[in-house]
Amino acid sequence: MNENLFASFATPTMMGLPIVILIVMFPSILFPSPNRLINNRLISLQQWLVQLTSKQMLAIHNHKGQTWALMLMSLILFIGSTNLLGLLPHSFTPTTQLSMNLGMAIPLWAGTVITGFRHKTKASLAHFLPQGTPIPLIPMLVIIETISLFIQPMALAVRLTANITAGHLLMHLIGGATLALMNITTSVALITFIILILLTILEFAVALIQAYVFTLLVSLYLHDNT
Amino acid sequence: MCVLPIPVKEKKLMDVKLGELPGWILMRDFTPRGIAGAFQRGYYRYYNKYVNVKKGSVAGISMVLAAYVLFNYCRCYKELKHERLRKYH
Repeated sequence: MNENLFASFATPTMMGLPIVILIVMFPSILFPSPNRLINNRLISLQQWLVQLTSKQMLAIHNHKGQTWALMLMSLILFIGSTNLLGLLPHSFTPTTQLSMNLGMAIPLWAGTVITGFRHKTKASLAHFLPQGTPIPLIPMLVIIETISLFIQPMALAVRLTANITAGHLLMHLIGGATLALMNITTSVALITFIILILLTILEFAVALIQAYVFTLLVSLYLHDNT
Repeated sequence: MCVLPIPVKEKKLMDVKLGELPGWILMRDFTPRGIAGAFQRGYYRYYNKYVNVKKGSVAGISMVLAAYVLFNYCRCYKELKHERLRKYH
Protein backbone atom coordinates (compact mmCIF):
# COMPACT_ATOMS: atom_id res chain seq x y z
CA MET A 1 0.00 0.00 0.00
CA ASN A 2 2.87 2.39 0.74
CA GLU A 3 4.49 1.88 -2.61
CA ASN A 4 1.20 2.17 -4.44
CA LEU A 5 0.23 5.39 -2.76
CA PHE A 6 3.09 7.41 -4.21
CA ALA A 7 3.57 5.46 -7.42
CA SER A 8 1.14 7.69 -9.26
CA PHE A 9 3.36 10.70 -8.62
CA ALA A 10 6.43 9.15 -10.24
CA THR A 11 7.55 10.70 -13.51
CA PRO A 12 5.97 8.60 -16.23
CA THR A 13 8.33 6.67 -18.44
CA MET A 14 7.31 4.07 -20.96
CA MET A 15 10.04 1.59 -21.83
CA GLY A 16 12.63 4.07 -20.67
CA LEU A 17 11.31 6.97 -22.74
CA PRO A 18 10.18 10.01 -20.78
CA ILE A 19 6.63 10.52 -21.97
CA VAL A 20 6.04 13.23 -19.38
CA ILE A 21 6.65 15.73 -22.18
CA LEU A 22 3.69 14.29 -24.10
CA ILE A 23 1.51 14.46 -21.03
CA VAL A 24 2.45 18.08 -20.35
CA MET A 25 1.67 19.02 -23.96
CA PHE A 26 -1.61 17.09 -24.08
CA PRO A 27 -3.93 19.92 -22.88
CA SER A 28 -2.90 22.00 -25.88
CA ILE A 29 -4.83 19.62 -28.14
CA LEU A 30 -8.01 20.42 -26.25
CA PHE A 31 -7.80 24.13 -27.10
CA PRO A 32 -8.01 24.48 -30.90
CA SER A 33 -7.18 27.86 -32.33
CA PRO A 34 -10.03 29.92 -33.78
CA ASN A 35 -9.80 30.40 -37.53
CA ARG A 36 -13.02 32.06 -38.50
CA LEU A 37 -15.36 34.78 -37.36
CA ILE A 38 -17.97 32.26 -36.19
CA ASN A 39 -16.36 29.05 -34.97
CA ASN A 40 -17.58 25.65 -33.87
CA ARG A 41 -19.11 25.18 -30.44
CA LEU A 42 -15.97 24.15 -28.64
CA ILE A 43 -13.96 27.16 -29.76
CA SER A 44 -16.85 29.58 -29.19
CA LEU A 45 -17.27 28.29 -25.65
CA GLN A 46 -13.57 28.64 -24.95
CA GLN A 47 -13.47 32.12 -26.46
CA TRP A 48 -16.35 33.24 -24.26
CA LEU A 49 -14.68 31.84 -21.14
CA VAL A 50 -11.34 33.44 -21.96
CA GLN A 51 -12.96 36.81 -22.60
CA LEU A 52 -14.88 36.63 -19.33
CA THR A 53 -11.78 35.72 -17.35
CA SER A 54 -9.48 38.21 -19.02
CA LYS A 55 -11.87 41.14 -18.53
CA GLN A 56 -12.13 40.34 -14.85
CA MET A 57 -8.44 39.74 -14.34
CA LEU A 58 -7.02 42.65 -16.32
CA ALA A 59 -9.40 45.27 -15.01
CA ILE A 60 -7.03 46.34 -12.22
CA HIS A 61 -4.01 46.87 -14.44
CA ASN A 62 -2.86 49.96 -16.26
CA HIS A 63 -1.67 49.93 -19.85
CA LYS A 64 1.73 48.53 -18.98
CA GLY A 65 0.29 45.69 -16.93
CA GLN A 66 -2.17 44.77 -19.64
CA THR A 67 0.68 43.75 -21.95
CA TRP A 68 0.87 40.67 -19.74
CA ALA A 69 -2.63 39.58 -20.80
CA LEU A 70 -1.46 36.71 -23.00
CA MET A 71 0.87 35.39 -20.33
CA LEU A 72 -1.75 35.46 -17.57
CA MET A 73 -4.47 33.93 -19.71
CA SER A 74 -2.33 31.09 -20.95
CA LEU A 75 -1.16 30.52 -17.38
CA ILE A 76 -4.64 30.13 -15.99
CA LEU A 77 -5.72 27.95 -18.92
CA PHE A 78 -2.71 25.71 -18.56
CA ILE A 79 -2.92 25.23 -14.81
CA GLY A 80 -6.71 24.83 -14.88
CA SER A 81 -6.71 22.26 -17.67
CA THR A 82 -3.76 20.33 -16.25
CA ASN A 83 -5.38 20.12 -12.81
CA LEU A 84 -8.73 19.06 -14.24
CA LEU A 85 -7.15 16.40 -16.46
CA GLY A 86 -5.39 15.05 -13.37
CA LEU A 87 -8.77 14.14 -11.91
CA LEU A 88 -9.33 11.52 -14.61
CA PRO A 89 -8.57 7.99 -13.39
CA HIS A 90 -4.96 6.83 -13.60
CA SER A 91 -3.71 10.06 -15.09
CA PHE A 92 -0.52 11.89 -14.16
CA THR A 93 -0.75 15.51 -13.07
CA PRO A 94 2.34 17.53 -13.91
CA THR A 95 1.44 20.22 -11.38
CA THR A 96 2.07 17.80 -8.52
CA GLN A 97 5.78 18.06 -9.29
CA LEU A 98 7.45 20.86 -7.35
CA SER A 99 10.03 21.21 -10.10
CA MET A 100 7.45 22.26 -12.62
CA ASN A 101 5.67 24.67 -10.31
CA LEU A 102 8.95 26.30 -9.35
CA GLY A 103 9.72 26.55 -13.05
CA MET A 104 6.48 28.46 -13.52
CA ALA A 105 6.58 30.59 -10.38
CA ILE A 106 10.18 31.82 -10.25
CA PRO A 107 10.44 33.29 -13.78
CA LEU A 108 7.05 34.98 -13.55
CA TRP A 109 7.73 36.49 -10.13
CA ALA A 110 11.23 37.53 -11.19
CA GLY A 111 9.72 39.14 -14.28
CA THR A 112 7.40 41.28 -12.21
CA VAL A 113 10.12 42.29 -9.75
CA ILE A 114 12.63 43.17 -12.45
CA THR A 115 9.98 45.15 -14.35
CA GLY A 116 9.31 47.10 -11.17
CA PHE A 117 12.96 47.79 -10.52
CA ARG A 118 13.62 48.87 -14.09
CA HIS A 119 10.77 51.29 -14.51
CA LYS A 120 9.90 52.53 -11.03
CA THR A 121 13.09 51.99 -9.06
CA LYS A 122 12.29 54.33 -6.20
CA ALA A 123 8.76 53.04 -5.76
CA SER A 124 9.92 49.40 -5.85
CA LEU A 125 12.52 50.05 -3.20
CA ALA A 126 9.94 51.96 -1.17
CA HIS A 127 7.87 48.79 -0.91
CA PHE A 128 10.40 47.47 1.56
CA LEU A 129 9.33 49.94 4.24
CA PRO A 130 5.64 50.35 5.08
CA GLN A 131 4.44 53.86 5.82
CA GLY A 132 4.51 55.22 9.33
CA THR A 133 6.88 52.78 11.01
CA PRO A 134 8.71 53.96 14.11
CA ILE A 135 12.40 54.74 13.45
CA PRO A 136 13.97 52.06 15.73
CA LEU A 137 12.07 49.32 13.93
CA ILE A 138 13.25 50.23 10.42
CA PRO A 139 16.22 47.83 10.02
CA MET A 140 14.25 44.86 11.26
CA LEU A 141 11.29 45.71 9.08
CA VAL A 142 13.43 46.02 5.96
CA ILE A 143 14.83 42.56 6.63
CA ILE A 144 11.36 41.16 7.14
CA GLU A 145 10.03 42.75 3.97
CA THR A 146 12.99 41.37 1.99
CA ILE A 147 12.33 37.89 3.30
CA SER A 148 8.65 38.21 2.47
CA LEU A 149 9.53 39.31 -1.04
CA PHE A 150 11.81 36.34 -1.66
CA ILE A 151 9.32 33.91 -0.22
CA GLN A 152 6.68 34.90 -2.79
CA PRO A 153 7.80 32.49 -5.59
CA MET A 154 8.37 29.66 -3.12
CA ALA A 155 4.91 30.17 -1.68
CA LEU A 156 3.36 30.24 -5.15
CA ALA A 157 4.98 26.97 -6.16
CA VAL A 158 4.57 25.11 -2.89
CA ARG A 159 0.93 26.21 -2.54
CA LEU A 160 0.01 24.70 -5.89
CA THR A 161 2.02 21.53 -5.39
CA ALA A 162 0.77 20.87 -1.89
CA ASN A 163 -2.89 21.49 -2.67
CA ILE A 164 -3.04 19.25 -5.70
CA THR A 165 -0.85 16.52 -4.21
CA ALA A 166 -2.80 16.48 -0.95
CA GLY A 167 -6.10 16.22 -2.80
CA HIS A 168 -4.93 13.31 -4.93
CA LEU A 169 -3.46 11.50 -1.91
CA LEU A 170 -6.67 11.91 0.08
CA MET A 171 -8.70 10.52 -2.79
CA HIS A 172 -6.39 7.49 -3.08
CA LEU A 173 -6.55 6.85 0.66
CA ILE A 174 -10.31 7.21 1.01
CA GLY A 175 -10.90 5.14 -2.10
CA GLY A 176 -8.67 2.41 -0.73
CA ALA A 177 -10.46 2.57 2.59
CA THR A 178 -13.85 2.23 0.88
CA LEU A 179 -12.68 -0.86 -0.99
CA ALA A 180 -11.24 -2.43 2.12
CA LEU A 181 -14.35 -1.73 4.18
CA MET A 182 -16.76 -3.07 1.59
CA ASN A 183 -16.30 -6.68 2.62
CA ILE A 184 -16.49 -5.92 6.34
CA THR A 185 -19.31 -3.40 6.91
CA THR A 186 -21.27 -2.26 3.88
CA SER A 187 -22.88 0.67 5.68
CA VAL A 188 -19.59 2.20 6.78
CA ALA A 189 -18.30 1.65 3.25
CA LEU A 190 -21.29 3.59 1.98
CA ILE A 191 -20.47 6.52 4.26
CA THR A 192 -16.88 6.45 3.09
CA PHE A 193 -18.11 6.40 -0.49
CA ILE A 194 -20.21 9.49 0.09
CA ILE A 195 -17.15 11.16 1.59
CA LEU A 196 -15.27 10.21 -1.59
CA ILE A 197 -17.94 11.79 -3.78
CA LEU A 198 -17.85 15.01 -1.76
CA LEU A 199 -14.08 15.01 -1.93
CA THR A 200 -14.18 14.62 -5.70
CA ILE A 201 -16.48 17.62 -6.00
CA LEU A 202 -14.06 19.56 -3.80
CA GLU A 203 -11.18 18.48 -5.99
CA PHE A 204 -12.87 19.85 -9.09
CA ALA A 205 -13.30 23.14 -7.33
CA VAL A 206 -9.73 23.11 -6.00
CA ALA A 207 -8.36 22.43 -9.46
CA LEU A 208 -9.94 25.58 -10.81
CA ILE A 209 -9.40 27.68 -7.72
CA GLN A 210 -5.70 26.93 -7.56
CA ALA A 211 -5.27 28.01 -11.15
CA TYR A 212 -7.11 31.20 -10.39
CA VAL A 213 -5.14 31.92 -7.23
CA PHE A 214 -1.81 31.37 -8.94
CA THR A 215 -2.67 33.70 -11.76
CA LEU A 216 -4.25 36.25 -9.46
CA LEU A 217 -1.18 36.46 -7.31
CA VAL A 218 1.10 36.86 -10.29
CA SER A 219 -1.14 39.64 -11.51
CA LEU A 220 -1.04 41.27 -8.09
CA TYR A 221 2.73 41.20 -8.04
CA LEU A 222 2.55 42.73 -11.49
CA HIS A 223 0.20 45.45 -10.35
CA ASP A 224 2.56 46.38 -7.58
CA ASN A 225 5.38 46.76 -10.00
CA THR A 226 3.87 48.55 -13.00
CA MET B 1 -12.32 1.05 -72.17
CA CYS B 2 -9.67 -0.44 -69.87
CA VAL B 3 -8.60 1.50 -66.74
CA LEU B 4 -4.84 1.49 -66.02
CA PRO B 5 -3.96 -0.34 -62.81
CA ILE B 6 -3.02 1.99 -59.93
CA PRO B 7 0.50 1.31 -58.53
CA VAL B 8 0.51 -0.22 -55.02
CA LYS B 9 2.25 2.77 -53.49
CA GLU B 10 -0.56 5.20 -54.16
CA LYS B 11 -3.51 3.02 -53.20
CA LYS B 12 -5.50 3.80 -50.09
CA LEU B 13 -5.49 1.15 -47.35
CA MET B 14 -8.98 -0.13 -48.10
CA ASP B 15 -8.08 -0.77 -51.76
CA VAL B 16 -4.91 -2.74 -51.06
CA LYS B 17 -5.29 -6.48 -51.55
CA LEU B 18 -4.27 -8.71 -48.63
CA GLY B 19 -1.30 -10.17 -50.49
CA GLU B 20 0.06 -6.72 -51.26
CA LEU B 21 -0.18 -5.56 -47.63
CA PRO B 22 3.45 -6.15 -46.50
CA GLY B 23 4.73 -4.40 -49.60
CA TRP B 24 2.36 -1.49 -49.03
CA ILE B 25 3.44 -1.10 -45.41
CA LEU B 26 7.11 -1.15 -46.36
CA MET B 27 6.60 1.53 -48.99
CA ARG B 28 5.07 4.03 -46.52
CA ASP B 29 7.04 7.15 -45.63
CA PHE B 30 8.75 6.51 -42.28
CA THR B 31 10.95 9.60 -42.25
CA PRO B 32 10.28 12.09 -39.41
CA ARG B 33 8.55 14.34 -41.92
CA GLY B 34 6.34 11.48 -43.04
CA ILE B 35 5.43 10.52 -39.48
CA ALA B 36 4.65 14.14 -38.61
CA GLY B 37 2.46 14.31 -41.71
CA ALA B 38 0.64 11.17 -40.64
CA PHE B 39 -0.07 12.61 -37.18
CA GLN B 40 -1.25 15.87 -38.71
CA ARG B 41 -3.57 14.08 -41.13
CA GLY B 42 -4.98 11.92 -38.37
CA TYR B 43 -5.56 14.92 -36.10
CA TYR B 44 -7.38 16.91 -38.77
CA ARG B 45 -9.42 13.90 -39.82
CA TYR B 46 -10.72 13.51 -36.26
CA TYR B 47 -11.10 17.24 -35.67
CA ASN B 48 -13.05 17.93 -38.84
CA LYS B 49 -15.31 14.96 -38.31
CA TYR B 50 -16.27 15.42 -34.65
CA VAL B 51 -15.35 18.88 -33.38
CA ASN B 52 -15.26 21.36 -36.25
CA VAL B 53 -18.97 20.95 -37.06
CA LYS B 54 -21.80 23.38 -36.62
CA LYS B 55 -23.46 21.45 -33.82
CA GLY B 56 -20.58 19.64 -32.17
CA SER B 57 -21.52 17.74 -29.04
CA VAL B 58 -19.71 16.58 -25.95
CA ALA B 59 -18.88 13.29 -27.70
CA GLY B 60 -16.06 14.88 -29.68
CA ILE B 61 -14.02 15.83 -26.67
CA SER B 62 -15.08 12.93 -24.43
CA MET B 63 -13.76 10.38 -26.93
CA VAL B 64 -10.38 12.09 -26.65
CA LEU B 65 -10.54 12.00 -22.86
CA ALA B 66 -11.54 8.33 -22.88
CA ALA B 67 -8.55 7.53 -25.09
CA TYR B 68 -6.36 9.50 -22.66
CA VAL B 69 -7.65 7.47 -19.71
CA LEU B 70 -7.00 4.25 -21.65
CA PHE B 71 -3.48 5.37 -22.51
CA ASN B 72 -2.70 6.14 -18.86
CA TYR B 73 -4.20 2.81 -17.78
CA CYS B 74 -1.89 0.97 -20.15
CA ARG B 75 1.00 3.01 -18.80
CA CYS B 76 0.22 2.04 -15.17
CA TYR B 77 -0.80 -1.56 -15.82
CA LYS B 78 2.33 -3.00 -14.30
CA GLU B 79 1.56 -1.51 -10.88
CA LEU B 80 -2.18 -2.03 -11.12
CA LYS B 81 -1.69 -5.74 -11.82
CA HIS B 82 -0.90 -6.32 -8.17
CA GLU B 83 -4.11 -4.69 -6.93
CA ARG B 84 -6.46 -7.17 -8.54
CA LEU B 85 -8.64 -9.35 -6.28
CA ARG B 86 -6.83 -12.61 -6.93
CA LYS B 87 -5.42 -15.29 -4.70
CA TYR B 88 -2.18 -15.59 -6.67
CA HIS B 89 -0.77 -12.45 -8.32
